Amino acid sequence: MSATVLDFSTTIGNAFFTTPIFTASGCASSGKELSQFFPLHEIGAVVTKSVMNKPRFGRPTPRMAETPSGMLNSIGLQGPGIDSFLANDVPWLVEQKSRVIVSIAGETVEEYATLARKVRSVAGISALEVNISCPNVENRGLVFACDPEASRRVIDGVRRIIGGDLPIIAKLSPDVTNLPAIATGVVEAGADALALINTVLGMVINLETMRPHLGGKTGGLSGPAIKPVAVRAIYQVHAALPTVPILGMGGVASGRDALELILAGASGVSVGTASFGNPNVIIDIQNQLQDLLVAKGFPSVKSAIGYAHR
Amino acid sequence: MVEILVSQINRSASQIIATLLSNKRVGQYHQIVLGIGDLVKVCRPGNFVAIKVGGDSSRMILRRAFAISRVSESVSFGGTMELIVAPHGGGSQWLCSQIEGAEIDIVAPLGTAFGIPTTPIKALLVGGGYGSAPLFGLAELLKSRGCKVDMLLGASIGGKIYAPMEGKRSVNSLRIYTEDGSMGEKGRVTEPIAKLIADAEVDVIYSCGPMAMLRAISELTNGTEVIHQCAVEEAMACGIGICMTCVLPVKNAEGQIAMLRSCIDGPVMDGSTVQWDLIGQVPEISVQP
Repeated sequence: MSATVLDFSTTIGNAFFTTPIFTASGCASSGKELSQFFPLHEIGAVVTKSVMNKPRFGRPTPRMAETPSGMLNSIGLQGPGIDSFLANDVPWLVEQKSRVIVSIAGETVEEYATLARKVRSVAGISALEVNISCPNVENRGLVFACDPEASRRVIDGVRRIIGGDLPIIAKLSPDVTNLPAIATGVVEAGADALALINTVLGMVINLETMRPHLGGKTGGLSGPAIKPVAVRAIYQVHAALPTVPILGMGGVASGRDALELILAGASGVSVGTASFGNPNVIIDIQNQLQDLLVAKGFPSVKSAIGYAHR
Repeated sequence: MVEILVSQINRSASQIIATLLSNKRVGQYHQIVLGIGDLVKVCRPGNFVAIKVGGDSSRMILRRAFAISRVSESVSFGGTMELIVAPHGGGSQWLCSQIEGAEIDIVAPLGTAFGIPTTPIKALLVGGGYGSAPLFGLAELLKSRGCKVDMLLGASIGGKIYAPMEGKRSVNSLRIYTEDGSMGEKGRVTEPIAKLIADAEVDVIYSCGPMAMLRAISELTNGTEVIHQCAVEEAMACGIGICMTCVLPVKNAEGQIAMLRSCIDGPVMDGSTVQWDLIGQVPEISVQP
């Protein structure tokens, strides 16, 4: 009997990745910090922190509160702006032989189009994540992904700029009543894939001050506490749109967690908050997932995607 | 273009399983010694360690950051790292409950270190509460470089002063201040600093403790020749620069304010560059970087 050779590769749209485990946007900066702990080319891709057109300081501190099996953050998209990011961070990642998925965030439909135009002109990028669901903006009305029509307009604008060159991944919020309807809308507008889920909006009250603890009052809940929400969201959307690849994320901290998301319908899995607690966790998860797929008898990642729906 | 190709961030850091060698109660604190082997060679005064707490099934998912009090090497224990821990939250209480032989998952050394002068200077070390912990290792190093080392320690009450006997030997003078007068002199640790600066008794102030104390020292050194190196404290989720929660407003050489991460651009920062009055606010971005 010959040993089974697992096909660990995956695809998101027309982009190929040697492994299905990625960083999550906003949880790996632009890769330099984690590169001390493992070579970035050993994982599927680095999904960079959502970048806006102009440099941005983000929200006031305190920006973090640990919660049971999770944490709230209210960073508010602090970043260098797209020009500095494309000039400095992307070339560095390419030099590391890392696969790069660039995540963009805007305040208007036009800002997303501007960002897409700038990203299109740079080599070495595998896919574009369009983050329309960051909860840490001053006005909740700016969370495009809570509004089907606004979501469509953003993706439509980006698709017109990008053409067919790069897969577009729309990152959606679970904080909506009908997620499959929003997902269907952005796919019709031209998204090749979906990133599910962004953080869940939450709040902590500080018992010393008896006021909201975070400087931005509300924050995004992440970590193992939200994993069942992610599994549900991925399962629902995969059922509605079985041919649309999903980049799954939300509380993944082990190979078992990653397999759960894949079985629900994810083609790739991003690891975010778990890296805060363990800088080497992405490599651990990758190794555990490989062993699990073999143990369960799957010949490939692809054969496990959506297997829970049978 | 060359410098962006080599990342310096976290360059000495490793994740290892350390063995707890001893855990002793010292006043209101615990002195915890971890066996860390060769990692001692890259630890510098001012660096910190991020420790996984609560065991594998814990609901605490984030590491806890602790200042490294000192590191040493001995024939019997190899490389060791000492921490002074106040058991005031779930994570630090878990660490203080660990017994000899426990295996502790650490990431270290992290962050910036105190700058060590190349010539003998007059150094003033100021510690608030258990913020004094990393100052004793620093004092030894400064003494070995021929520096004059004076130390001021302060706390609200005597029980919160951390000043080990052996540490007292590595300083030229030690004065203790408590707000209730229960140990040392009654008053705040910052009170004698203005006179020491005016009398030219100090070239560099090294400080570690509550942010209000660091800010007060920065105000005293403002407009003087005295350099103030302070170890800041801000809530961190990761300790390695990826979460962006621990930022502080800091003025760069061009006079622009940037939100710097206290985990990788700190904890040791130049107190004159920290914009203390803007902490907790979002400064305007005046010029595009």
